[in-house]
Amino acid sequence: MTEFSFLGELSLYGFILYFNCATAPETPKKTKFGPLADQDRIFTNLYGRHDWRLKGALQRGDWYKTKEILDKGVDWILNEIKVSGLRGRGGAGFPTGMKWSFMNKPSDGRPKYLVVNADEGEPGTCKDREIMRNDPHKLIEGCLVAGRAMGARAAYIYIRGEFYNESSNLQVTINEAYAAGLIGRNACGSGYDFDVFVMRGAGAYICGEETALIESIEGKQGKPRLKPPFPADVGVFGCPTTVANVETVAVAPTICRRGGTWFLSFGRERNSGTKLFNISGHVNNPCTVEEEMSVPLKELIERHAGGVRGGWDNLLCVIPGGSSTPLIPRHVCDTVLMDFDALIQAQTGLGTAALIVMDKSTDVIRAIARLIEFYKHESCGQCTPCREGVDWMNNMMWRFVKGDAQSAEIDMIWEISKQIEGHTICALGDGAAWPVQGLIRHFRPLMESRIADFKQKQQARA
Amino acid sequence: MFLSSTLRSAVSYAVRQVRSLHQTSARAGAGGIFVHRDTPDNNPETPFEFSPENMKRVEAIMNNYPEGHKAGATIPVLDVAQRQHGWLPISAMNRVAEILGIAPMRVYEVATFYTMFLRQPVGKYHIQICTTTPCMLCDSDSILEAIQSKLGVKVGETTADKLFTLTEVECLGACVNAPMVQINDSYYEDLKPSDIEQIIDELKAGRVPPPGPRSGRFSCEPAGGLTSLTEPPPGPGFGVRPDL
Repeated sequence: MTEFSFLGELSLYGFILYFNCATAPETPKKTKFGPLADQDRIFTNLYGRHDWRLKGALQRGDWYKTKEILDKGVDWILNEIKVSGLRGRGGAGFPTGMKWSFMNKPSDGRPKYLVVNADEGEPGTCKDREIMRNDPHKLIEGCLVAGRAMGARAAYIYIRGEFYNESSNLQVTINEAYAAGLIGRNACGSGYDFDVFVMRGAGAYICGEETALIESIEGKQGKPRLKPPFPADVGVFGCPTTVANVETVAVAPTICRRGGTWFLSFGRERNSGTKLFNISGHVNNPCTVEEEMSVPLKELIERHAGGVRGGWDNLLCVIPGGSSTPLIPRHVCDTVLMDFDALIQAQTGLGTAALIVMDKSTDVIRAIARLIEFYKHESCGQCTPCREGVDWMNNMMWRFVKGDAQSAEIDMIWEISKQIEGHTICALGDGAAWPVQGLIRHFRPLMESRIADFKQKQQARA
Repeated sequence: MFLSSTLRSAVSYAVRQVRSLHQTSARAGAGGIFVHRDTPDNNPETPFEFSPENMKRVEAIMNNYPEGHKAGATIPVLDVAQRQHGWLPISAMNRVAEILGIAPMRVYEVATFYTMFLRQPVGKYHIQICTTTPCMLCDSDSILEAIQSKLGVKVGETTADKLFTLTEVECLGACVNAPMVQINDSYYEDLKPSDIEQIIDELKAGRVPPPGPRSGRFSCEPAGGLTSLTEPPPGPGFGVRPDL
């Protein structure tokens, strides 16, 4: 994560303001975000209270006028997605319209593929699971619409192996869709052929990385590839591929049906739409909920998760976007909005919008050490900075938990994390480095006092 | 005096190496030893052949992949082999390589890389407990301790009656229902120590308890009552743009 200088940040912000004032029409800007009205929610069966099969899905509005959407053509669909401002929901937040249009080039004989990334492994994240077991028809319809937009021949849905029941729901859904003529030859009567396959993984977080996922579908070890060449040029089986997250694909048909401008009406500029948030950890009612983007973090936790255990004042810190994002301390949590830009300004990121809430009873050093151990286990082992560096950080972090370290080692682990970040083949190295940096940035005094206590105890024993 | 202080520092050094409850565990599959050594139960002659039913499954899986790229079926076919045999002896890996027409080494690579492939026998019920940070914050330590004291095994071990194997795994993707365990294919969520003891008792008695949250809620909704989706979902055509 590049750290802007204060002046640089100011000038960037000023540029954005100027750009807005100079070119945007004078519509009143929205300032209050959330709560979302039920009629604006996309995932209407999030809690599984209604029938997830085809009959229930049709009653909730899935597969409505899909033929008309497909008949509108590639450019229309891509334009709707671009207008909606949808950004990737898998963690990176790349503008989806732009990403899908990379596939919009003349065919050179190779078929094109859509790959759906349902390998939900990021600690804290459990949103795709709910889509796949309770609202799977949205995903299949999304595959069809997105596939049409890209000219894809087929979609592979790569689901993590641990999600056995979710993948069996998905397979039943696909069988229903084939039987009803919604996918397969002449999908929905539009003349377009489209197949959907489910592929189960076998337990590797690294296969959530797009090139590692492609390697895994090809039947190899899930070791990421270097980019370039990007998947849109050389992807699965050597063919042009787009890898998209489940949520991104599943909201596409609703955006096409209700209009890109409807989706754009939620959230701030460049951070539009609705998002599934997972709130876990030390809250009274951990849950998954669909809310508007840019909702204030405090309101999100208090309204939907019953507030922090012991009251808001008992809050220590929050990891806002799944374990790869740096934590933010209480004073930032008081005012920050849950969207991509606001969290980047707070030196963290939205990631997958999986909040991990920690109250004052938490040993935050132990929490972060456990995360680094997670990254150490999940590293594929290809490149040295990640394989060696993350293991080294893991050893150091567990010593910091006890306080069995020197003060200077805090600067040392910061330096190691900086040497890993940005120097690896994939972003797992960054994902391991950022939690450590967040901890040192906000909880250095705690680490120092733990070291001092340990030293004191040692001297008392000697 | 010199000797006793060396002894003292040696002991305190050893004590520091032992981390309290949480250990980097020997796992029953990948993450354990990567070298294959022939044993009477696990050698290239160990009998393994797909049943006719499973062979049909294998062929259906291979149909999902284009011609020339059947190697992509390695992971799902190894999974079918593991479901049939309970774990993966080296002869099963060789058979998979033969069916897919790839070199055995390619299959060994895949079987050692992914954590769900078990290269050692496991008990009838494979209890996998998640101890990653979101579950750890919700006290997965107490669940782990409850399992260990109830079964009398440590992480990575199997009970003497070969019913239960306990392993510690990384994030299972059910974080809002923490703490939780996965037993074979099902998730048991929202656990208290008494819940997991009940589950183990039921399994011992030969009944499989229903999966899901144990705290009374249905899936991932807030336990204190719905805060969203309180109205019935709108029907088809709601809010659809007029020009479609």
